[in-house]
Amino acid sequence: MGLTQVSYSPETQESWVATKLDFLVNWGRANSLWPMPFGTACCAIEFMATAASRFDLARFGMERMSFSPRQADVLICAGRVPFKLAPVIRRIWQQMPQPKWCISMGACASSGGMFDNYAVVQGIDTIIPVDVYVPGCPPRPEGLLYGIRMLQQKVMRERMSDTSIRNEMEPDPSSRLYIPPPTIDELSEPFGNSVNQTRSTV
Amino acid sequence: MSETIPTVYPGVAAPSGTPVTPRNIPHRGGPENPTASALAAQFKAAVKRVDVVWGETTVLVDATRLKDIVQWLHDDPGQRYDFLSDVTAVEYRDTGRPIEVVWHLRSLPYRRFLRLKVELEKTAPLAVDSVWSIYKSADWMERECYDMFGITFRGHPDLRRILMWEQYREGYPLRKDFPLRGRFSRAEQLRQALAQNPEAKYSMDELSIVEAFEDLPEDMRQRLGRGEKTGE
Repeated sequence: MGLTQVSYSPETQESWVATKLDFLVNWGRANSLWPMPFGTACCAIEFMATAASRFDLARFGMERMSFSPRQADVLICAGRVPFKLAPVIRRIWQQMPQPKWCISMGACASSGGMFDNYAVVQGIDTIIPVDVYVPGCPPRPEGLLYGIRMLQQKVMRERMSDTSIRNEMEPDPSSRLYIPPPTIDELSEPFGNSVNQTRSTV
Repeated sequence: MSETIPTVYPGVAAPSGTPVTPRNIPHRGGPENPTASALAAQFKAAVKRVDVVWGETTVLVDATRLKDIVQWLHDDPGQRYDFLSDVTAVEYRDTGRPIEVVWHLRSLPYRRFLRLKVELEKTAPLAVDSVWSIYKSADWMERECYDMFGITFRGHPDLRRILMWEQYREGYPLRKDFPLRGRFSRAEQLRQALAQNPEAKYSMDELSIVEAFEDLPEDMRQRLGRGEKTGE
């Protein structure tokens, strides 16, 4: 009997199944993740394609888009997040009940992408904790499905004995930030070609 | 308007007298909008320059007469510019050049397009008359122009930021002296952004409930009286 398997053989065990509570709970959670779609840009189009019949997100237990954060398990942030939307996505995340996870879909949500400017958050991991980053601009539905499968694997590895992962992160009351400002500045550093861009200061 | 412009139906040859889409338009020059000469005759020195660029007429006018000119264009039966399609501004990289405020006017009855420009020197406070009393559509466009360029529109009923949040403190993003990444560090930008109340999306002005103020519950009246933003 493997660690992550249900032991079931009809010949010898007629009316009972041996498993572990950890596995059973994680198996149930991983296969009934209800996404809270937070689509702000073209990634949301790919997300819709993922949910539609060709790629069929329902195969992985996500057929119900939860448009109320209070009934959602996984926040899928698809698209860029401007600073004006930062308190909104923070509020949605705080409204989601535990256990909850977050997928950052696409380059903009993960790092700000090409929008290295005054208006766009440089990665939503500076606002809310992120479990899976899906690269791409926008990611193809296969990419998002791969990210969802990764999240399911992550859910399967959770242990009920470790309750710390379910602790709600409390932001600093004065600055309302989860992580220290130097870390945010470091996370928001430009990369790639935008390192060499000139500032148009007079 | 006496003359009627014939309707064109798809698949049917256009009757004579139908306006056709102009082709081979020169970059500079070409026939100018007849409104430009009418403006020059009416307002004389207030009309400073007339350009025709890609077939579209641009009239540079005096900032102090701007509202009179727009009012005349709107009211005059020979002009009837009844649609304000854009209000925006242009700042040039040459720091000495003034900022231009641009109005795009369209006359639906005469099928004319006119671009009005006003130059504002950067040494003086950037202010120009609002055309909100003539075109109600100027409301949000002037707010956007104020938000992005910091140009004050005198007479606007509710001039505050529209794209950035109202407590945005970094300046006016489309100005040439504004750094692309903003003035503050990313952490400070995030801190200020997260300090916003996401439910404070209506102000008292926006809801236009001043008339209904007396009918509100007492606690709501007190909260609004303190200037608190409510979104519930």
